[in-house]
Amino acid sequence: MDLNILTVCYLLASVTFIIGLKMLSNPASARKGNLIAASGMSAAIIGTIFLYQNVETGAHLHNLGWIFGALLIGGVVGMFAAKKVMMTAMPEMVSLFNGMGGACAALISIIEFNHLSKELQAHSIELSSVQPTLVIIAVGLMIGSVSFAGSMIAWGKLNGRVKDFSFPGQNILNLVFLATALLAAAWLVLNPENSFLLYIILILSLLYGVLFVMPIGGADMPVVISLLNSFTGVAAAFGGFLYDNKVMLTGGILVGAAGTLLTILMCKAMNRSLVNVLIGSFGGSKSTELDNTKVQGNYKEINLSDAAMVMSYANKVMIVPGYGLAVAQAQHICHELEKILEEKGVEVKYAIHPVAGRMPGHMNVLLAEADVNYDKLMEMEAANDEFKTTDVVLILGANDVVNPAAKNDPASPIFGMPILEVEKAKTVIVNKRSMKPGYAGIENDLFFQPKTSMLFGDAKKVLQNLCAEIKLV
Amino acid sequence: MENILQWISSNQQTIYVVILMIFVGIEIIGRVPSVLHTPLMSGANAIHGVVIIGAIIVLGKAEPGNYLALVLGFIAVVLGTLNVVGGFVVTDRMLEMFKKKPTSPKEN
Repeated sequence: MDLNILTVCYLLASVTFIIGLKMLSNPASARKGNLIAASGMSAAIIGTIFLYQNVETGAHLHNLGWIFGALLIGGVVGMFAAKKVMMTAMPEMVSLFNGMGGACAALISIIEFNHLSKELQAHSIELSSVQPTLVIIAVGLMIGSVSFAGSMIAWGKLNGRVKDFSFPGQNILNLVFLATALLAAAWLVLNPENSFLLYIILILSLLYGVLFVMPIGGADMPVVISLLNSFTGVAAAFGGFLYDNKVMLTGGILVGAAGTLLTILMCKAMNRSLVNVLIGSFGGSKSTELDNTKVQGNYKEINLSDAAMVMSYANKVMIVPGYGLAVAQAQHICHELEKILEEKGVEVKYAIHPVAGRMPGHMNVLLAEADVNYDKLMEMEAANDEFKTTDVVLILGANDVVNPAAKNDPASPIFGMPILEVEKAKTVIVNKRSMKPGYAGIENDLFFQPKTSMLFGDAKKVLQNLCAEIKLV
Repeated sequence: MENILQWISSNQQTIYVVILMIFVGIEIIGRVPSVLHTPLMSGANAIHGVVIIGAIIVLGKAEPGNYLALVLGFIAVVLGTLNVVGGFVVTDRMLEMFKKKPTSPKEN
């Protein structure tokens, strides 16, 4: 009876995952979709705790104290971390949580293996009957640990604690690690009495995960996180094989498939292939060659009152936000500037590059937080048409997404990436903290063009002063 | 060969589920606007937290004296819960910001 109810719980949960994910891909229903998936998850978890029965013995789960203790700790910490995290740090938080899921899958494999090897030693089961299970355990362990190690590195990279790192032959070494791990897995399946092999697989997979992400540039981390996300999905699905648990299977495969497609879509938004992202080590090794070529022209600075003047007498101003805006938490004052300019009869719009910031959609989230009207946010193609009739483009902490090298310079690592063609506008004002290159580590010609002027400083402070100046005009 | 065919036929249900889910997964997010890439990734991230079910089963089955299994299982459930709770809450916070847009013309 209990098991039948549990089956219904799982069925409902699987359906909510599908519906939730479907609703998440539409702005109007996204939030509800998330809640629906969450409720399905809760039903599956609670159902498992109280209704799960061992098929052979009919025994319910015990150690309920341990289970609830763990749920409480994880729940409180997870809730607290997710509530407290700053908007700018969201991407790294996703990576961190993804790593937790990977580690969870890896741990399950380790425990199940220990369990199984004990039974094998006691000769209570035949080796041939558990070999498929051993395959599942080994593969689940590998994917889970790669996902965990990779996510941790991606997390470290996004918050700046881990630097890009690569060395000659790294790809080959990676392949060696992977091949050795696979060999060890095969050996383990055939000879499970060599339980140390499990730990060799674990270590090699962790190393592989670290080295796999290390050389990839920070600007590409969203793609990597999305890929690791689908890895964890697959690892969860292997858990589903292990327990013949359909909700883990459906949830895991669903995320694995959707995550893979999402990864490809993200690459497409940057006009690059996945392979190029993964082995191109974009912005990693190449940035060093460009270190000493910094002085390549003169740029001109503009002072606040001139900038205020230019903007208040413009007909149309386009604001291009970037990561600098997010770091400075300047979204509210940016909205303020927009309102002041509009009171003066200036048309203000925002040009949003799909990968501005650290994640696709990062800028939309940030500006929405500041109550910026959704209609004012223009996507890249529409914005590129608008620039022709724009008087002033104000770039706030964006760099690579407006770099003309992506169009003109085939040697540039970002060549081919669609950009916001701000140089079509009459004037360009760039707010940056310094002349340092952007995240991809490459120089930006835009800053040296005659129509461009630089307005140095922290985005929030500059905007505050700019607002004050404009009011005086 | 015999073994493989045997394995396929005894696991056909699972294989069907896997294949169908791959198509469902690809189908449902095929036309997502780039604005939603991040929340969608985060939502998917929370859903694969379903791995926690496995962790709960492992922990719940561990014999009371087997401290290795208990401790590892405990850690697994904590990590899984982090993934689920953190994942859904972060996604909700991201989407909360999208939701304000119909009310944006403010009275002032």
